[in-house]
Amino acid sequence: MSDRKEQPDGAGYFGPFGGRFVPETLMSALNQLAGEYEAAIADEGFRAEFNRCLREIGGRPSELYFCHRLTEKLGGAKIYLKREDMNHTGAHKINNTLGQALLTLRMGKKRLIAETGAGQHGVATATAAAVFGLECDVYMGTEDIRRQALNVFRMELLGARVIPVDSGQRTLKDATNEAMRDWMGSCEQTHYVLGSVCGPHPYPVMVREFQSCIGREAREQMISAEGRLPDVIVACVGGGSNAAGIFTPMIDDEVEMVGVEAGGTGPQLGRHAATLCEGAPGVLHGSLSYVLQDDDGQTAEVHSISAGLDYPGVGPEHSQWKETGRVRYTRCSDDEALDAVVTLSHTEGIIPALESAHAIAEAVKLAPQMAGDKILLINLSGRGDKDCNEIGEILKRRGQRNNSADTERQRTREL
Amino acid sequence: MNELNDNRLNKIFAELRADGKKALMPFITAGQGGLETTESLLRDFEARGVRIVELGFPFSDPIADGPTIQASYTEALAAGVRVDDIFATVKNYRASGGKLALNAMVSYSIVYRLGVERFLDLAGEVGLDGMIIPDLPLDEAGRFEPLSAGRGLCNVMLIAPTTPPDRRVEIARHSRGFIYFMSIAGITGERDKLPEESIAAVAELREHTETPVCVGFGISNPRTVEHVCQVADGAIVGSAIVHRINDAKDRPRDELVKLVGDFVSELLAPIA
Repeated sequence: MSDRKEQPDGAGYFGPFGGRFVPETLMSALNQLAGEYEAAIADEGFRAEFNRCLREIGGRPSELYFCHRLTEKLGGAKIYLKREDMNHTGAHKINNTLGQALLTLRMGKKRLIAETGAGQHGVATATAAAVFGLECDVYMGTEDIRRQALNVFRMELLGARVIPVDSGQRTLKDATNEAMRDWMGSCEQTHYVLGSVCGPHPYPVMVREFQSCIGREAREQMISAEGRLPDVIVACVGGGSNAAGIFTPMIDDEVEMVGVEAGGTGPQLGRHAATLCEGAPGVLHGSLSYVLQDDDGQTAEVHSISAGLDYPGVGPEHSQWKETGRVRYTRCSDDEALDAVVTLSHTEGIIPALESAHAIAEAVKLAPQMAGDKILLINLSGRGDKDCNEIGEILKRRGQRNNSADTERQRTREL
Repeated sequence: MNELNDNRLNKIFAELRADGKKALMPFITAGQGGLETTESLLRDFEARGVRIVELGFPFSDPIADGPTIQASYTEALAAGVRVDDIFATVKNYRASGGKLALNAMVSYSIVYRLGVERFLDLAGEVGLDGMIIPDLPLDEAGRFEPLSAGRGLCNVMLIAPTTPPDRRVEIARHSRGFIYFMSIAGITGERDKLPEESIAAVAELREHTETPVCVGFGISNPRTVEHVCQVADGAIVGSAIVHRINDAKDRPRDELVKLVGDFVSELLAPIA
């Protein structure tokens, strides 16, 4: 089932990155999980059940969509979207949580815990828990609870308990710390559903595998739409799961790949979450990978308009792809991401998540520089409903929302 | 392992065993209440008969620690405590004749960022005796072990209640100085009672190793110290001390040190 058998090695290393830097208390749970995962993906019955869940619960396959108007407007490469925003629960996260929930059942565990930033992974975990009758606790920073209020309510409605985290910057990193602390005392009965290709082995390889349905479908869909693979694929990178999911099945092909990190409000440490662009190798949350740290190894403060990208670490395989040059990593600022939300909404009728808007912003820069016969594929990892309140507030502050509704109503009356 | 014969941890445990005695290891957060307080506490503990202390290096994301130690780390970092300052404090303590065995409790995030060899060189130079790296399990410690032993430093490894029996013996074989047995699966913090299975597991482990076995996590009062020392070579007390330092943080340094020191004397009493 895996497209790339050589990476990682048995100890979970992608080149020099990865491994398992966790307290001894968690090692038996990680060994159990690695064993169960290996057995499951070799098991035809498990694969069939997982695919059934992706189809019937996740709503897969997600569509490949050609952006007529955006392509015309930018005047360069043909732009396609892989519509992960159309999945049940509104993002790619459901692919992973369904896979991990099935593993939880195999291990005979009864409870799921998860960390969440934007809340999409929390909602996807809560959904999987409801589907399979598991107990579910989701850790979330209080700053994220504020800016992603809709998702907090969705998790609660799905029967999960949202546990507020008030330490540190009160965002994704701090929620991850608390989830790991919970797991230290609960791992015999609880499975930790880590939401990205981060953390200790086997999470990076396992989450990559559960997300690789994105790239496998996109590959086939591109071939039936255009008779060939895209020239460039662009995906946003926080921890890096949607990017790993779309890149992996085409990583051995001649396709240029671009990962877009959160550039925030500037290049100074503390104003962005561009881990691969600005960071250095270090250890955080159980793996050796690029991190944003100070000279003493203390995790740096980070910032992004997007709660899902607001994280000082990144998956170890992305570090390896950076080192080998296989993937180019760049960043986009908060403002560029907001502009991209407006652009895609106006030209295609699709409101993207702030996370995914980072990929769109990069594509908006790249497409005009490419010839008209080139193909640019964007992974639209999630939809923006959850961000509407936050975006509305910011656009109002930027003066881009001065009573447009009133003007519209007036115009209607005049007609 | 000749290079570790002169290590203070090994010498102290050899002496204690010869005398039929047990070790109480207080844990303190370096820089909690200021590094001068840290140095004063070391001297006070030594004067009261403590032989080994664990010195916690504040870390931004300590996933094995409960709220008490985490808060002390956050506070020390906010006050600007840097790794270099901690090394300087240890150096001062040694320069003034301090004889405690000092063990760094330090995240691998810090060690890796400084550079493994550079961290170990500095640790050896200033007079640390070993380190406990809670996020460097057996599987990742292979390259680290010879580098620390080569500098005369003990890499103390941890065993959890969730560690399978064969792996416990394997960890014991690799651990230097002593073996840190975590009494509970979970995070650090004070508990009233320790699980009997852990006590039995320590007794069992001692059948398989000559290396001293010490117990930490959840030990908070003289009763629990006495309890674990019935089978273990020593008891490690962290959160109960850190919370007392925090409670006394607005008092003059002498008073804080005496209050905390008096508590340490209470902990020492049952094993004196």
